[in-house]
Amino acid sequence: MHPAPSVILFSTLSGLGFGLLFWLGLGFPDVSGGVAFVFFAIAYSLAVGGLLASTFHLGHPERAIKAFSQWRTSWLSREGWAAVAALIVGAAFGAGLVYMDQRLAVLGWAASLLSLATVLATSMIYTQLRTVPRWNMPLTPVMYLAYALAGGALLAGQVKFAIGLLIVAGLVQIACWMLGDRALAGSGSTLATATGLGRRGAVRAFEPPHTGNNYLLREMVFVVGRKHAAKLRVIAIALAVVLPVALLMAPFHHVLAALAVLSHVAGVLTSRWLFFAEAEHVVGLYYGKR
Amino acid sequence: MTALPETTQRQLGLVIDLDTCVGCHACVISCKGWNTENYGAPLSDQDPYGADPSGTFLNRVHSYEVQPPDGAAQLVHFPKSCLHCHDAPCVTVCPTGASYKRTEDGIVLVNESDCIGCGLCAWACPYGARELDLAAGVMKKCTLCIDRIYNENLPEEDRVPACVRTCPAGARHFGDLGDPDSDVSKLVVERGGMDLMPEQGTRPVNKYLPPRLKDQIGTAPAAPMPDVTDQPGGFLGWLDKALEKL
Ligand code: SF4
Ligand code: SF4
Repeated sequence: MHPAPSVILFSTLSGLGFGLLFWLGLGFPDVSGGVAFVFFAIAYSLAVGGLLASTFHLGHPERAIKAFSQWRTSWLSREGWAAVAALIVGAAFGAGLVYMDQRLAVLGWAASLLSLATVLATSMIYTQLRTVPRWNMPLTPVMYLAYALAGGALLAGQVKFAIGLLIVAGLVQIACWMLGDRALAGSGSTLATATGLGRRGAVRAFEPPHTGNNYLLREMVFVVGRKHAAKLRVIAIALAVVLPVALLMAPFHHVLAALAVLSHVAGVLTSRWLFFAEAEHVVGLYYGKR
Repeated sequence: MTALPETTQRQLGLVIDLDTCVGCHACVISCKGWNTENYGAPLSDQDPYGADPSGTFLNRVHSYEVQPPDGAAQLVHFPKSCLHCHDAPCVTVCPTGASYKRTEDGIVLVNESDCIGCGLCAWACPYGARELDLAAGVMKKCTLCIDRIYNENLPEEDRVPACVRTCPAGARHFGDLGDPDSDVSKLVVERGGMDLMPEQGTRPVNKYLPPRLKDQIGTAPAAPMPDVTDQPGGFLGWLDKALEKL
């Protein structure tokens, strides 16, 4: 799939933002007043910034409001609802902390739950697609949640949780790559089933329907070199997990913590780029590209 | 509404005969023409006369080579457009309700004034039947020519999809696949019509008729040609030709 920068930025930033909101809602760290304001401001700029970035790839962003209508069937619609609900409830909880020095615990828990629900809904947009076997597995939402929780803990300064969760996220990520590499073959879709001609003999794409480029090829038949991908996987794990964990294990210093955050964000961006770039859509079969 | 109807009164669709399609792409052009001039946003082109032309099409013709275990390879031309699936994944993913399947005839349509152009439905379709128009910013797909098939201003023989009307080989058939007595349903039974990518669980309405088996030419090698070079050359050759002319 085409690794669109707007979608990569969106899922990385809003994942971190909602991850942070999750921890703030539970009272980790237990802050109030000006400090609380700074924490909430960071969570909101990440979450809202990410959501805004995601509208850049729409053909008609001015109609985005219509996307709230189909929550009964559409994960994209549910994501919209969960995000707005998490942001509103979180804002009420944050206002209590910042302006009244009041911890309205129930609101906090609700904000935490809704934040998780938002990340889950985002991941389900991809997971539900049978057409992209690499995404269509139960581990995809686990990976999104693990990254959001780990990144959130890192931003919230919860060193112990962050170390544990980063390691979990790393393991889930590696499992996703291993299973994902076998997913297309396991899906049973081939050029033979796509054309129905497999019963006759070996099918080979002879001539494409068009000599130039088109929307389908640009959007769904992105091909990344294997060697390239292998290197990027190492970089992603090193930046997202290994380096931050090493920095957190060292005696605490603000500079080290900031470096850990930066490294983690760069690593997750790399991982998300691969998430799209490596994903094979079955329509590529028709073009003999798989 | 992006919930799928349990059943539809009719299941209008196409039956495409892979045996007779000659790969002329006439259906591609007539589709583009009709759907640019009629219902909905026109099908735009980008850089049509430049170095990197591309554009929106609702119907495209691939060509495949099938190599049977024995015998000669066979070339199969393969037109592909929306299959108007029963369990259309493109419909349920749509966040706005712009994509829907009609209960009266099973046609899958996009309401262009509701579409935000998120592209998710194109991702959900296994067949590459939906293309986002870059000029209009909305999703385009085959409408089964709803503006022809019910259009009483057209002569009756024209009330079929443009591709069906155009096909010079008669490789495309239109009808109600929900009615077992319709011509198209009978054709599907007779010729063993098949679904594309059944493992994707979309249950397409459109069916494809597999190419017929080719005649087998006898396996004995052909008798050798008589050797035409074994003729006298030089003076004798000239004499031979000259005498023949007399
Ligand atoms: S062919 Fe694709 S666009 Fe058409 S109904 Fe099926 S899934 Fe939807
Ligand atoms: S591109 Fe339009 S029709 Fe397709 S899912 Fe998005 S809003 Fe619905």
